[in-house]
Amino acid sequence: MITDLRPVMVTVADKEVHSDSFATLFFDFAIDFKPGQFIMAWIPGVDEKPYTISHHSPQRFAITVEAKGRFSKKAVALEKGDKIGIRGPFGNGFTISDKPNIAVVAGGCGMAPLAPLVDALEASRNREIILIHGARSKEFLLYPERFSTHRRICTDDGTQGHRGFVTELLEQEILARDILAGEDNDTPALDMVYTCGPEIMMAKVFAICEAHSIPCQVSLERYMRCGFGVCGACVCSDRVVCKDGPVFGSQTLREMEDFNTTALLKSGKPVPLNEYASWRCQ
Amino acid sequence: MQTNFLGTPLKTPLVLASGVLGNNKAILERVWANGCGLPTMKSIGPAPRDGHSNPTVIDLGEGMINAVGLPTPGYLNMETEWLELENRDFPVNASIYGGSVEEFVMVAEFVATKRPEFIELNISCPNSDKHGMLFGVNADASYDVVSAVKKAVDIPVIAKLTPAAPDIAAIAKACEEAGADAICAINTAGPGMIIDIESQMPVLDFKKGGLSGPMIKSIAVRCVYDIYKAVSIPIIGLGGITTGKDAIEIIMAGASLVGMGTAVRYRGITAFNKVNKEIDDWLAAHNTTMDEIRGAAHREGK
Repeated sequence: MITDLRPVMVTVADKEVHSDSFATLFFDFAIDFKPGQFIMAWIPGVDEKPYTISHHSPQRFAITVEAKGRFSKKAVALEKGDKIGIRGPFGNGFTISDKPNIAVVAGGCGMAPLAPLVDALEASRNREIILIHGARSKEFLLYPERFSTHRRICTDDGTQGHRGFVTELLEQEILARDILAGEDNDTPALDMVYTCGPEIMMAKVFAICEAHSIPCQVSLERYMRCGFGVCGACVCSDRVVCKDGPVFGSQTLREMEDFNTTALLKSGKPVPLNEYASWRCQ
Repeated sequence: MQTNFLGTPLKTPLVLASGVLGNNKAILERVWANGCGLPTMKSIGPAPRDGHSNPTVIDLGEGMINAVGLPTPGYLNMETEWLELENRDFPVNASIYGGSVEEFVMVAEFVATKRPEFIELNISCPNSDKHGMLFGVNADASYDVVSAVKKAVDIPVIAKLTPAAPDIAAIAKACEEAGADAICAINTAGPGMIIDIESQMPVLDFKKGGLSGPMIKSIAVRCVYDIYKAVSIPIIGLGGITTGKDAIEIIMAGASLVGMGTAVRYRGITAFNKVNKEIDDWLAAHNTTMDEIRGAAHREGK
């Protein structure tokens, strides 16, 4: 059993390569889990990094890795039979709305933490899920065959779906519902929007939700060390992303000045988000 | 539970240990709002430093092992933090470190201009080859650092000591003679090490790390007990304090204030409020006060 104490070495049971830069690593181990939670993955001699769990069943879980920096390039290169250290799960996960009309808005590898949420939403009855999925281009769209829910796709370069941003599709969806709601009651307003992706995208999703009075949950990313709310490396305003988050709801987001503005480097220095993002990709 | 420490009123006797949270004003304020009388900033060093790579912090169940490695933007690169802290309505303890007496003085002089209520000298961190503990295990070196900083600043100076010192009371005595206004004891113990037997690798990237949490409490209590006998300046006692009874125990060893860090792992950020209440409840049940029990374990016949 994997726990939130010292890392347990687990074997890569399966590997699914999505594209040159994305791979999903499957592990045949039990872990308690709620969609949106994450684990710390350790490659001995390299580093340890947080990854949200992208697939979960009672005896199996997976992480999806995008090759960006030194650690993630090594992680993507792991093969079936290789070992990696895991501790967790950590964080709060998504609060699953008991209301029926849900939008899930994913950008790039932000699809990874949202995927088990979509699985959970699909497994429960009486849901109307709108999945809006964006990526740089067609080959970066994760899990193209995974869900039964219809997805509205957009790509930056137009190689699949709408050419443009997920936020445009979300606004279209909300406005269409507003108009239809005036004519009949068959197209109800959204009850909840879940999102993960680049922070600037999530901030826009949140702003749209605020403008339309729709509650929203976003999953944040920050540099982490402990994973359990002690070291403070991942603070965002007065919240500790690893413990209080990584998922935050509308009420908290309204009070988080650092949301979409500031993150700490490894040294603890607060910097604008774009500077943080380019450092994280090294 | 209001108390007075070196002339500064504190709303509670609980201190946030340095290195835990403390990365920005907002989180320091939240810790304060949750019952901590004196939040301590993350240690500020002479130059930008990333600290060690991960893994840096591991929970062993009965406490933690960490080698975060003193990350700091460097004292000259903290304008944002200082600006934010300028308009605070809570006291702060600024923890600083250096690799030499000169570096300690350089950082202390600058930090003093930002008017924290206290400056804590971290002469006891085990997680850096060049900084910290070299001073804290040697009475002469501790004396030199404390006396140099005392000459340079007009803010109360607290010396934070390591249990790795063969005679921690002698170090405390040297710090007192050098002019330290208070002692903080203890920093993490060890260092220790954990090895993953599957990969046959040390888990921490820095290989060894400081131990904290319940497993070191009895070391902390012993250290505070020894220091209380040796000095007359107040002591901040910390190391594994997680409950009100733990706090009472270290106060009986001689602590005036009680620090907590790893307790945040086990009881959340509200640990401070919980421990304040537990201290209050215990004192009320025993019809006594903190002043009455301070150093009680030193009484003849006890």
